[in-house]
Amino acid sequence: MLIRRPDDIPASEITPEGVYRDRRRFLGAAGTLGLGLASGLIAPAALACAPGETGEANGEVERGQPALPDEPTPYETATTYNNFYEFGTDKEDPAANAGAFRTRPWSVVVEGLVKKPATYTLEDLLRGVGVVERTYRMRCVEAWSMVIPWMGVPLRDVLAKVEPLPSARFVEFTTLLDPRQMPGQRTAVLEWPYKEGLRLDEARHPLTLLATGMYGKTLPNQNGAPLRLVVPWKYGFKGVKSIVRIRLTERQPRTTWNDAAANEYGFYANVNPAVDHPRWSQARERRIGEFRRRPTLPFNGYADQVASLYAGMDLKANY
Amino acid sequence: MAAPTPVGPPDRGASSVERRARPSTLDAPRSTLTPKARKRVLAALLFAASSVPALYLGWQFWRAWNYLPSDLGKDPVKGLEHATGETAIRFLVLTLAVTPLRQLTGWNWLAPFRRQLGLWMAFYATTHLATFYALDLEGNLGEVATEIVKRPYITVGFVAWLLLLPLVLTSTTASIRRLGGKRWNRLHQLTYVVVGLGMLHYFWSQKKDVTDPLLFAAVFAALFAWRGWRAWQKRGGAVVPTR
Repeated sequence: MLIRRPDDIPASEITPEGVYRDRRRFLGAAGTLGLGLASGLIAPAALACAPGETGEANGEVERGQPALPDEPTPYETATTYNNFYEFGTDKEDPAANAGAFRTRPWSVVVEGLVKKPATYTLEDLLRGVGVVERTYRMRCVEAWSMVIPWMGVPLRDVLAKVEPLPSARFVEFTTLLDPRQMPGQRTAVLEWPYKEGLRLDEARHPLTLLATGMYGKTLPNQNGAPLRLVVPWKYGFKGVKSIVRIRLTERQPRTTWNDAAANEYGFYANVNPAVDHPRWSQARERRIGEFRRRPTLPFNGYADQVASLYAGMDLKANY
Repeated sequence: MAAPTPVGPPDRGASSVERRARPSTLDAPRSTLTPKARKRVLAALLFAASSVPALYLGWQFWRAWNYLPSDLGKDPVKGLEHATGETAIRFLVLTLAVTPLRQLTGWNWLAPFRRQLGLWMAFYATTHLATFYALDLEGNLGEVATEIVKRPYITVGFVAWLLLLPLVLTSTTASIRRLGGKRWNRLHQLTYVVVGLGMLHYFWSQKKDVTDPLLFAAVFAALFAWRGWRAWQKRGGAVVPTR
């Protein structure tokens, strides 16, 4: 098997200490919150992930699946192969066109069914919320994947600050609309601004991040600076970038790719090897940097943590 | 007129008679070679030029395979798949451009090169399919069969490729003689079906941005419009004698 072993990534980054510390914290939280995961999770997690032993991406590989190494994708690759249509539709476009994008000052409107609606500066929104480091697999709906060490804040902590009302059931995120800075928005390839959404319980899941950095650095513009969503068990297009608006709603929000092609891109968009995209199989994926495909894992390998969110749901109908 | 140009359809030969009467400086690049030798040299040049994309893509993929930076992008298998497909479409354009160009300019020495361009198109289309099969699906025959059956846009592309096979097989001068110009022409009108299916495959394969296929569609539309106009003119005017 051809796996590139990047020399420029220190071993410490492959299994970051913070990931493990954070996982323990999450396990505790999961238990006390009664997510019904703990009993099924601790044992395999402890077996599979003795600290420093494997290079897995904060992840419990699905039981019974071969544990392929999950080494972080080289920084240069993760910053030059991007889907960020606001800066162009080719993978190389965002890196080429996002250089002058202004991310400071930045404010985020929080509105809808929250106790504390306001326009927050980015600093205010994140103040007092602990930054975490998480190395996650990133699976694109186009059947390629990467492994990215993110830095950011759990979305649940930010939501806790603005206090959703009991009637809130969904969260809608909106990307900046600024065709002067975002040349891709000058053509109607998608309906701008880009919108994505999560169910509130998905948004409050401990794995869900609002990322502000990656690889120990500030988030590059082409990766969604200054603030983007990271939901590691969902296809990459759920990870809305350059967020300027967070709205709590009662109804499931409309989302951009679902509007563009509802039969191809669902609202849930959970990584699922058993449900094909109409034009290609999702059973396997090509890790960028490798030539052979590897099997795609249910929920991108995070099934132990998140499958219970969808208990009883028909995942073929709710793709 | 001497022996008809091998692939030039006979019904167009009529107009080429009057073109042939033009001064020879317009007929072909000035040279001291005999016409036959000149044709060989031009054919060799065309061969060399047409092989450049293949050599370049091969070199780039070799670089990617060795983890060197390449023009095929960070996902070189996808990159090669797209590049070979697009090159096939480009050669389809070139093949279909020969006749209009000949008719517009009177450069009838172009005619015999249509065959070579068509064969190169088939070569790049085959490379495209081979990349999909050998690299993208890792040589899994069962999977490639499933994909061809299951995914309409791949079905369409595969049918287009199948239609190329009779065209390649009958591309020889002997085949033209055996079939007769008229039947050979009818058969080779399959090229137009290949354009339709190939473009459908191209459009369908795009995620959202159809700028590139639209550009090619515009070029094909122009090439077809020229043919339509010529046909209409031919039927309407009594100037061109019918056979």
